[in-house]
Amino acid sequence: MTDLTDLGIGAIRDGLAAREFSARELTDAYLEAMEATRALNAYVAETPERARAAADESDKRLAAGEARALEGVPIGVKDLFCTEGVHTQAASSILDAFRPTYESTVTANLWADGAVMLGKLNMDEFAMGSSNETSCYGPVVNPWRSADSNADLVPGGSSGGSAAAVAARLCAAAIGTDTGGSIRQPAAFTGTVGIKPTYGRCSRWGIVAFASSLDQAGPITRDVLDAAIMLKSMASVDPADTTSVDRPVPNYEAALERGVKGLRIGIPKEYRMDGMPAAIETVWQQGEAWLREAGATIEEITLPHTQYALPAYYIVAPAEASSNLARYDGVRYGLRAGDGDVTEMYEATRSAGFGKEVKRRVLIGTYVLSAGYYDAYYLRAQRVRALIKRDFDIVFDAGIDAILTPATPTAAFAVASMATASPIEMYLNDIFTVTANMSGHPGIAVPAALTDDGLPLGLQLIGKPFDEEMLFRVGRVLEDAAGHFTPKRWWS
Amino acid sequence: MSVDKQTVKRVAHLARIAVSDDEAEALKGDLNAILGFVEQLNEVDVEGVEPMTSAVEAEMRMREDVVTDGGKTADIVHNAPSTRDGYFLVPKVVE
Repeated sequence: MTDLTDLGIGAIRDGLAAREFSARELTDAYLEAMEATRALNAYVAETPERARAAADESDKRLAAGEARALEGVPIGVKDLFCTEGVHTQAASSILDAFRPTYESTVTANLWADGAVMLGKLNMDEFAMGSSNETSCYGPVVNPWRSADSNADLVPGGSSGGSAAAVAARLCAAAIGTDTGGSIRQPAAFTGTVGIKPTYGRCSRWGIVAFASSLDQAGPITRDVLDAAIMLKSMASVDPADTTSVDRPVPNYEAALERGVKGLRIGIPKEYRMDGMPAAIETVWQQGEAWLREAGATIEEITLPHTQYALPAYYIVAPAEASSNLARYDGVRYGLRAGDGDVTEMYEATRSAGFGKEVKRRVLIGTYVLSAGYYDAYYLRAQRVRALIKRDFDIVFDAGIDAILTPATPTAAFAVASMATASPIEMYLNDIFTVTANMSGHPGIAVPAALTDDGLPLGLQLIGKPFDEEMLFRVGRVLEDAAGHFTPKRWWS
Repeated sequence: MSVDKQTVKRVAHLARIAVSDDEAEALKGDLNAILGFVEQLNEVDVEGVEPMTSAVEAEMRMREDVVTDGGKTADIVHNAPSTRDGYFLVPKVVE
């Protein structure tokens, strides 16, 4: 019998319907794999009892012929999503022992569709990071290793636990969030598929907020089909989030086989950066060739404000973060430190509870919003942001169907290798992904190749607002051409 | 623009984060690196460009002006480090 953890969501659906195995057997297989793979540090909390109870319920539904869209599918959840009564700390000490009394809308949607929660996944603290090294639980180890070394590599971040867990078969699929690339970059580093939907497609209610005008939830999965199935369940309009959009959620699966014949694919010349590694250039050209062979037209396009997206992001995101993180005051939840007056208590609590990267960003945010600097920094950044969005609008109005770019400027790097680098070097990881957060457009990362060292590289597609169907459709053609990538199992 | 150690300490106080002298020194370097990086935004001509205020072009939905939630005192104080009778407890603020 095949290992049940090798099955993606599509295969699970078929197998459960045909009674080849039960939801309980499937969940038990994952719980066993999780126990044997703790060395990767992907899960920060495991919920086996809840998982088994949900799987048993799924088996009852299946027996009664009442299976829902994700019946019995075992899912891992980024520690950023509030899950009622279950560990939720955004990988931060300041939320020590926090147990939400409510459920996020996205996770509630998944459970309503029959999905089974296996546990909470590691991440960068408050989703601030590109390597999953800022977590208060320590770094996640990428299941991929370079061909010539046993050194631990990072899985990317901030949804590093989600990406590592999917790549290592520790859940059938995972959910993450993406503020500057936090779904797409780790997906690219682990050979998995990750989509950041259009801003407003998924409700943000119950997701610990980082930068509210940029944050979006999305799935990380083994293939494009699974991403389409997951997003269908995750997306919804929500009265509790006024930025969630009231439009029907399409049946994304139906778009998968439409092909790319006659589509116009844009190649933005500004994404061809100085000093870009040859492997990245090669995979990008390979992607172009695959789409051309499948019948698409490839056109060079220009997005002139691309280079300003990352600096504008490092004003807007910290500014919003400094405001969102003001709530961690030692009064309402989590950690409290200090024994003096109330100000001393606030300062001691936030000093003890926040990690280095979070402090850095809160201070930058506080500075750029402080009296006298608001216009020069924040307002200017929001103007530049409008120009970045306008670049995309012009290209899509001219008839381009999707934009093809590399997902990341490099493959996964070694744990601790950036420890003494300037923060800017880490921020450059998001150079290709951050534009879509600034503009609100949807983006998907699809695994495309392995480097000479045997590490995965991804390609990114950016689409029109609310045209996730196009991303799945084009992504599927890339996937068909590139094949699937699975790490060697060295960890158990 | 660049910041000195005193400014770092002032901003840290505004953000209610206690920082030691050593931390302030390290943060000064980090903050200046970031402020140096974002300086390139000054090259962009933003004359007459409206600042982006929302990533979605959607009209704000209206709803009936009625109470839809409440009566959750126990839930609200559930995670607090110190409470009494449904209130949050903090160090004495007024003498």
